[in-house]
Parts: sequence; C-alpha cells; structure tokens
Amino acid sequence: MLYAGIDIGSTAAKAVLLNEERNKILARSLMPSGWNSKETAEDILTWLLSLGYSKDELKIVATGYGRVSVPYADSTLTEITCHGKGASFLGGNDLTVIDIGGQDTKVILLKNGRVIDFVMNDKCSAGTGKFLEVMANRMGLTLSEFFTLAEKGRDIKISSMCTVFAESEIVSLMGLGTPREDIACGAVGSVVAKVATLISRKNHTENYFLTGGFCESALLIRKLSEVLGSEVKTVPDARFAGAIGAALLWK
Amino acid sequence: MADYHKMWEALGMDVKTHDLLCEALPGAFGDVYLSQENRPEGMDYFNMVVAEIHGIRPAELVEHKKNGGKVVGTFCIHVPDEIPVAAGAIATGLCSGSQFWVPGGEKKLPAATCPLIKASLGARFDRTCPFFRLADMFVGENTCDGKKKAWEILAEDAPMYIMDIPQMKRPKDYAHWEDEIHGYLKKCEELTGNKVTPAKLREAIILLNKKRKALQRLAEFRKLDNVPISGKDVLLITQIAFYDDPARITAMINKLCDELDERAKNNVSVFPKSAKRILLTGTPLSIPNWKVHHIIETLGGAVVCEEMCTGIRYYEKCVDESGSTIDEMIHNLTERYMGAIHCACFTPNFERIDDIKRLAKEYKADGVIDVNLKFCNIYDTEGYFVERELNNAGIPVLGIETDYTDQDAEQLKTRIGAFLEMLGN
Repeated sequence: MLYAGIDIGSTAAKAVLLNEERNKILARSLMPSGWNSKETAEDILTWLLSLGYSKDELKIVATGYGRVSVPYADSTLTEITCHGKGASFLGGNDLTVIDIGGQDTKVILLKNGRVIDFVMNDKCSAGTGKFLEVMANRMGLTLSEFFTLAEKGRDIKISSMCTVFAESEIVSLMGLGTPREDIACGAVGSVVAKVATLISRKNHTENYFLTGGFCESALLIRKLSEVLGSEVKTVPDARFAGAIGAALLWK
Repeated sequence: MADYHKMWEALGMDVKTHDLLCEALPGAFGDVYLSQENRPEGMDYFNMVVAEIHGIRPAELVEHKKNGGKVVGTFCIHVPDEIPVAAGAIATGLCSGSQFWVPGGEKKLPAATCPLIKASLGARFDRTCPFFRLADMFVGENTCDGKKKAWEILAEDAPMYIMDIPQMKRPKDYAHWEDEIHGYLKKCEELTGNKVTPAKLREAIILLNKKRKALQRLAEFRKLDNVPISGKDVLLITQIAFYDDPARITAMINKLCDELDERAKNNVSVFPKSAKRILLTGTPLSIPNWKVHHIIETLGGAVVCEEMCTGIRYYEKCVDESGSTIDEMIHNLTERYMGAIHCACFTPNFERIDDIKRLAKEYKADGVIDVNLKFCNIYDTEGYFVERELNNAGIPVLGIETDYTDQDAEQLKTRIGAFLEMLGN
C-alpha cells in the first residue's frame, strides 16, 4: 500500500505520494487550483494513476479548502492538522509552524509532533498570499517578478492592513512616483508584520518553521526572521507540508 | 402551516417580504434539525412551535391584547420577566437571530454594529416580525454602546423604555439596579393598569423559577457520559423559552426530561462515543441562529453546555423565593439578575472566567469554543482573558468570530474541524 496526500488550497493544489513505510516522498505534483476544485481533483487522480499505480494500491487523504471536492479520497482532514503533521515530518517535533497560504495564514504550535494550539487570520486577506498577489497584479507583475523587484527595494511602510485599502494606498504611492521596488518591498514587509502579530497572540517557542508557497522566497524568510528575532527555517518541500501530513495521517 | 396572513396584515406587517422568511425557514430547520437521528419524541412540541413561530404564539398574544392585556418585549436577560408577568402582561424576548433582518437594520445603523442589534432594528423597521408589532413596550438597556445608541433610533418608531444597567458590581451598583427594577415595576403597572401585589410578584417569581428549574433539569442530562439529547436541540428549547408561555414550556420541558430519564437509564446517547465534548461561551445565539452548533455537531462534536445568555446564564440560578414584601422580593430579584449573570458589560468580570472553568469541569468538556458575534467589542476584548485563563487551566480553547451570514461557514468548518481533530489526537 502507498499513501497519497492531496492539498487543494485556494491558489495551488499540491499532491504527494509516499512509500509504503511513509518515510520517503516518491512523487510530487503542484498545479494551480483553477476555477473548479472537482476538475483539479480529477487532474490529480490522472497524475497519480500515471505514476503506474491503481487506485486500489493507494490510500488517499484530502485536505485544504478543496478537500470536499475529492470524491475518491479515503478520508479528509483539515489543513491545520495536516500542516502540523507535515511540518513535523520535515522540520522536527517541536515547532511554531507558520503557513502563509493563498487566503489563510495560520500559526500552528507543535509539541512532541502534536498540534497543541493554532490560530488563523480572520476573514480578511491581509497577511496572506492573496495580499501579495493583489499587489503584484496591481503593478502588472507576476509574483516571482514582484519578489525579484522587492529584493532591490527600500522598506517603506504600507499602513493599510486591509487588502482593498492597501491597494488604493499603492495606487497613491505610484501616483507620487514612489519606486516600484520600494512599494513591492513595503508590501512584503506589511505581510510579515501582520504574520508576526498573529504569532504574538500565542504562547509560542522560537523554533519557527515556514510552510506553504513562500518557502522559497528568500526575502520573505529573511524579513520574517528579522521581525521575529529568530531564524525562520524551511525546506523546499515545505510547500507540500499539507499534502505530506495528509498522507502520513491515514489510519 | 396554518394561514396567518390575515393576522399579519392586521398587525401592519409587510406580508410580502415576510413570506420570503416563511419560505426559507422550513428548509433551514429541516437541514439543521429534522435531519438529526434518534431525536427524543418530546422534541415534537418544539418542532411544532418553530414551524409556526410567527403564528401560534403571536395569535395568543393577539388574543391576550383583545382582552385588554399588554405585551412587553425585552432584549436582555438582566431585565426581570417577573415584573411584567406580575403586572399581568406577557413578557417576550425580542433578540433577533437571522440575517434576513440585518439589511433592514443597516439602513439606519453603522455596518460595524453587531448583527443582533442590526437584526432587531431591521425586524421592527421592515415590519417583518409579528413580535415586534405586538409589543406595547420595548424594554431596552444600556449593556453596550451599540444597544444604547440603537435604542434612540428604535425609539423613533417603537415605544421604548430604557433601563440603566450598572457597569460594575459594587454595593451602590446593586442599589442602583434595585432602584431601576422598582422603576420598571411602576412602569409596568402604568402600562397595564394593574397593581403589582406581593402575592402576584411572588407567583411570578415561582412561575419563572419553575421554568429555570426545568431548563436546568434538561441541562443535567448533558453532564452524563452518554448524552441523550443534542446540543442543537437544547439550544432550540432555550431559544423558545424566551417567548413561549412559561407554564406550558415548563411542562413540555419536564415531559421531555421524563423521556430523557428513560434514555439515561438505558445509556442512550445521540452522539458517537468518540464525540468530543464542547462548551460554548460568548455572545447570545438568538433564534434562528443555529450555525455554530450545527457545524460542531455535523463535524462529530457534541455541544454539552452554553455559558451564554441563551444558556446557563439564563437558567442556572433561581431567584430566592423567601421574600414577602415587594421591597424584599425586588431585592431578591436584584441579587439574581445582577449577581448571577456575568456579562462582559461589567468590569471586571472574572466571575465569568470562573464560571467557564467550573462548567467545563461539571459538563466534562474536552474543549471550549469562545464564539463572538462580529463587532461585539466587549466580548471580543474579554476573549483575551478567556483564552489566557483557560490555557493556564490546561483547557483547550478556540476563539471564533462570526455573524448571521453563511459566508464564513467553510472557514468555520476548518477552524472547528481542526480544533476537534486536535482534541482527538
């Protein structure tokens, strides 16, 4: 028996296949979540089967907002439990896990590999990937171009916490001729500040571990480490943490 | 459902708009309530009351008024029902729990007002709730800034009577509330033309204590390892208790409890063994706000207690029945209505935290969910102490903020689902 984890988030869908002993990742898949979670789920199943296994040889656990749209899943779990488990697999048993997702940012406290507490951002998208996506769009950039630009910028203060108001603020800054690099850098700083506030609400350790789509964004990791006063660790596979955790949690 | 259109028209309601609500309710009730398995038969009465929520009871109030009786509507459990009842009036709760009424309230109130207040004003101004047409007097109280100012706006259309609730619990604050209750008694006498005698007041105290005892008897079943009734059902009964005839609902609850006695003997539970037991605390859940209970119980949790106005705060403590003069009885009412309710409108309010910890133990809760209606500043702020003190006591706690819409249902499912998963591992 092999174990697959599927994490359909608001922006990206992640899937992994683990070996029988569940200590090794055999395959990974990353695709945009698209418009229709059900279609995305079908695409993932096609991918899984293309690896050369039949459905009967797999135990599949789905997580993320799209978890209910995976009809072939053997069970579902919330992304909080899965990210916690996945982070513990990748980074150790006692962690303060920071997951910056497309529409949710969560902080998960792990002790002995168990989730003991968590907090999520409120309904508003400030402090999430969505915030940076909106800002990049407004500036006519892809997210990766946006980060390249932000690396060269000066840290300016974007004071609006609300994504919609921050967008207007950025339009004003552009109108004033503020360099785009600075605006991009400021937007990253704004997300970092919001995430740090979320973390400070909980009684946490300083073993920070970042999961989610920004795990390869050096700038965000550096800024987050600065604000938190302690190194934020991560690994490239951390974007798959939810999917990994899901596969590990099949019982 | 019987046809009440004539009555609604006579009450000056916007019947066409109200029909939309009547159409939506059965579906919602079916999804949340009738879909439950193994419900006690005694729930039939409460199902019927909800099915005709704007029919049966309003018709009784209309009848009462035809005979010269008065109806007093209230918004807060600090306001003693015993007073209007002793004056021969019918007391009814008016807090509104549906998004249906919120846009009507937003026509006059800032959007950043809690949905309970917005819905209550909307129900009156849009003329889409019979209770808001039938009340001869609306008793407001300044428990929070949102209400205090909203009553001024409501007063432009409705006959308001405002009671000044203290914000602290010092002896002089008790004296002040006692004075306010004296004033309320006088006002109710004026409204009804009936003199409140010691015998009448005593009778009212006993009547409403019986209702509290029945509700507490019902709550006791939720302490059992095998819980014979769902949290959703108990919430519904509590909500109905705010406006149903007190003697009748007392009898119906006791009848249900007789059935639950049998279930308890046979260790019948409506929940699977693995269900995590949840204590809810926070802001009130007015009818038909069943959202959080429904999410928790659909995800496999069991709501075993509500440290809320629509819960323990409403019925756990009784009024001392020993008084013989009006003054003594009003003193006893003050002790109960101020001393036994721990609302976040008071500072400090550590008794509430003590209550949550005590109740978590008594009802064997695995975790606590602190539910706040959006824009309820006082409960939201007090959440800081709730979380910290429960953490210190080793009781897992999850804070959530929500309103009457279903827009956040998925996000709530994730948070609550993760919390239940956390309690299970």
